[in-house]
Amino acid sequence: MIDLFDKHKGIEGRFARMLTLGVNALGLTNDRVISPTRAMINGRETILAGTNNYMGITLDADCIKAGQDAMAEFGTGTTGSRIANGSYALHVQLEAELAKFLKRKHCIVFTTGYQANLGMMSGLAGPKDTIFLDSDSHSSIYDGCTLSGAKLVRFRHNDAGDLDKRMARSEGEEGGRLVVIEGIYSMLGDRAPLRDFVELKKKHGFQLLSDEAHSFGVLGPNGRGLADEAGLEDDVDFVVGTFSKSVGAVGGFGAGNHPMFETLRYAMRPYMFTASSSPASVATSIAAVRKLAAEPERRAKLRANSARLFEGFKALGLDMGCDVASPVVAVKCADEISTITMWNALIEAGVYVNIALPPGTPNKLCLLRCSVSAAHDFDDIDRIIALFGRVVIAKAAA
Amino acid sequence: MTQSTINQICKLLEPFNTERKALTAETDISADLNIDSVAVMDFVMEVEDHFDIEIPLNVVSETRSIGDLAAVVEARTKKVLLP
Ligand SMILES: Cc1ncc(COP(=O)(O)O)c(C=O)c1O
Repeated sequence: MIDLFDKHKGIEGRFARMLTLGVNALGLTNDRVISPTRAMINGRETILAGTNNYMGITLDADCIKAGQDAMAEFGTGTTGSRIANGSYALHVQLEAELAKFLKRKHCIVFTTGYQANLGMMSGLAGPKDTIFLDSDSHSSIYDGCTLSGAKLVRFRHNDAGDLDKRMARSEGEEGGRLVVIEGIYSMLGDRAPLRDFVELKKKHGFQLLSDEAHSFGVLGPNGRGLADEAGLEDDVDFVVGTFSKSVGAVGGFGAGNHPMFETLRYAMRPYMFTASSSPASVATSIAAVRKLAAEPERRAKLRANSARLFEGFKALGLDMGCDVASPVVAVKCADEISTITMWNALIEAGVYVNIALPPGTPNKLCLLRCSVSAAHDFDDIDRIIALFGRVVIAKAAA
Repeated sequence: MTQSTINQICKLLEPFNTERKALTAETDISADLNIDSVAVMDFVMEVEDHFDIEIPLNVVSETRSIGDLAAVVEARTKKVLLP
């Protein structure tokens, strides 16, 4: 008999090596949450700089109250799918309010953002169609593409010229074409050059989807994401987003103006064959989306914090993931072992950042990835910069 | 399947073959060379551009050895490029 676990021997070895270098970076526990930017980890009060909690909204009193009320009124869970017993007035209300916020005719909510991508890719594209996806796409996009059964063509990251070339190679084939990009890329923090892709639509004629997971609530004068920032919302056919970051809850959405958009509800397995989000999560999402609309100062604070961290790291001479400030600030490290060692030194010094290693990163990069929150104050940001200076620069000099 | 195609693929594979293993038509690109899934896709992108062809990811997932890939390249190359 071949043991099914044999194939994971490599992972086991790599994991064991990580443990010899310090604590389990993949199993860290927040023993107590003190604020959106502070938690007790391994008995130490730690600055959180890797939460994706961009608006710092997770402990907002109004959102908590909304969740508590919804749980008391509608119960702990929905025990069913949206197309069976799991549609509550709250889900319908969240979809309506999100559509209004996004200025889109239609919006469908999912139980997670991961499922939103699975659902949208597989609902939009089928075996006769082609999906062109950016090479740095999030795993949920890759998995959704696989689920769709469509032909999958990967283009070079943020390179519309490369996409142009690849589209030309498959010119004249039957089936529709879907191009998938992200507003802010989750690992390196860079934005898609949206205008270039929109220009290309005129030449090739395709439908464009933007995953605004990290940019929803964050970018643009109205917080609607990259297309809002770029003033190109009419040219983006479909938007995907998540509630797990700027909204501080759990769930995801797909939105668009297509007259047949609602039929996707009956064509997306990741929407149909799973239970809908819990009433508490939906209610907190509604409250949080209202705050995204009503409190633009949160975005301004996030922008100021992001710029401060970015400039601070730049002044240290760190090798950064991209050359524009964004709430995702990634630092490139030499190799896996030094990255793990530095991550441990940061944790011991009282700051949590994400560790990101291949194949979860593009181009085999080893990253210490920070995400900034509107709830950080400048003292937090300066402390993170100082600790990176101490740990990362010291390591590089050693 | 010509040796020329195999040779060209081996050359494109060099930067990804960090452990400097010997390459033959039978070499399993991912397992034998210890190359992760993302690097395999990056490598195939180089192959696509070198031969000016399209190799969809669905095809990549069914391609294991250098010989398999050479067969895909030749089937998709309208005129076989000579070195
Ligand atoms: C780009 C991108 N898309 C989708 C997701 C999935 O979102 P969720 O955490 O809601 O499943 C994430 C993050 O996890 C992401 O970074």
